[in-house]
Amino acid sequence: MADPMKIRANVVGDSTEVKVLMNHEMETGQRKDAQGKTIPAWFIQTVTATHNGKTVLAAQWGPAVAKNPFLAFKFKGGAKGDKVQITWTDSKGDKRTDEATIA
Amino acid sequence: MNAKRREVLKQGGGVTLLTLLAAAGWLAPGAASGQTWNKDAFETHSLDETMKALGGGAPVPSKDIQFVSTPDIAENGAVVPIGVTSTLPKTESIAILVEKNPNMLAAVFDIPAGTDPALSTRIKMGQSSNVYALVKADGKYYVASKEIKVTLGGCGG
Repeated sequence: MADPMKIRANVVGDSTEVKVLMNHEMETGQRKDAQGKTIPAWFIQTVTATHNGKTVLAAQWGPAVAKNPFLAFKFKGGAKGDKVQITWTDSKGDKRTDEATIA
Repeated sequence: MNAKRREVLKQGGGVTLLTLLAAAGWLAPGAASGQTWNKDAFETHSLDETMKALGGGAPVPSKDIQFVSTPDIAENGAVVPIGVTSTLPKTESIAILVEKNPNMLAAVFDIPAGTDPALSTRIKMGQSSNVYALVKADGKYYVASKEIKVTLGGCGG
């Protein structure tokens, strides 16, 4: 299982700002190791953010997203104490969901 | 009955491809769990190919798409911050494309109603290149580009 994400969610005006830092290798499949063998691709393919069960952001990523990806977005609504949930799925089928409370 | 079936098939033929692409997850806002990864779109090498894989026509250049907190010169190509905002009404999705990367498409974000069409992330860039922000708003595609120079391993500035 992959390491947990760092999620911060803050109310800014009438919207909620969410910042996520994920822990992932994001291997492109282009690099070679010391023996000259290609390191197989391994990266996050889909990311979904939900607030109270409603999807607020859905993303599809390619290997060109940087290692340990960072993502910031804003959505309308959301109150202090609400939960924001982020889920990612990578190319090996691994999944991770983390939750944060809006502050 | 048979004849009718044929007719339906014939009529359906033209839309099937588009429908499939829509079903592939990009055009429709991805459902929380049923979201699929659009493999074809992520294996394209040019803007035209990407547009085809995403099921759109040629995008219109737009001044309503802006790059925010995006550097002109990136010191490290492995981590290039990219921020995109769109002021186009009914922005449905934002895609980030890097012209000279091995595969052009870096990321696609579906923006459901209620979410601001503004986001930032970090991408990798193999070399100095044009970066495109492709926005789908109200069913149409718009694009903006920015050149980012990558100085790998150099002392920046």
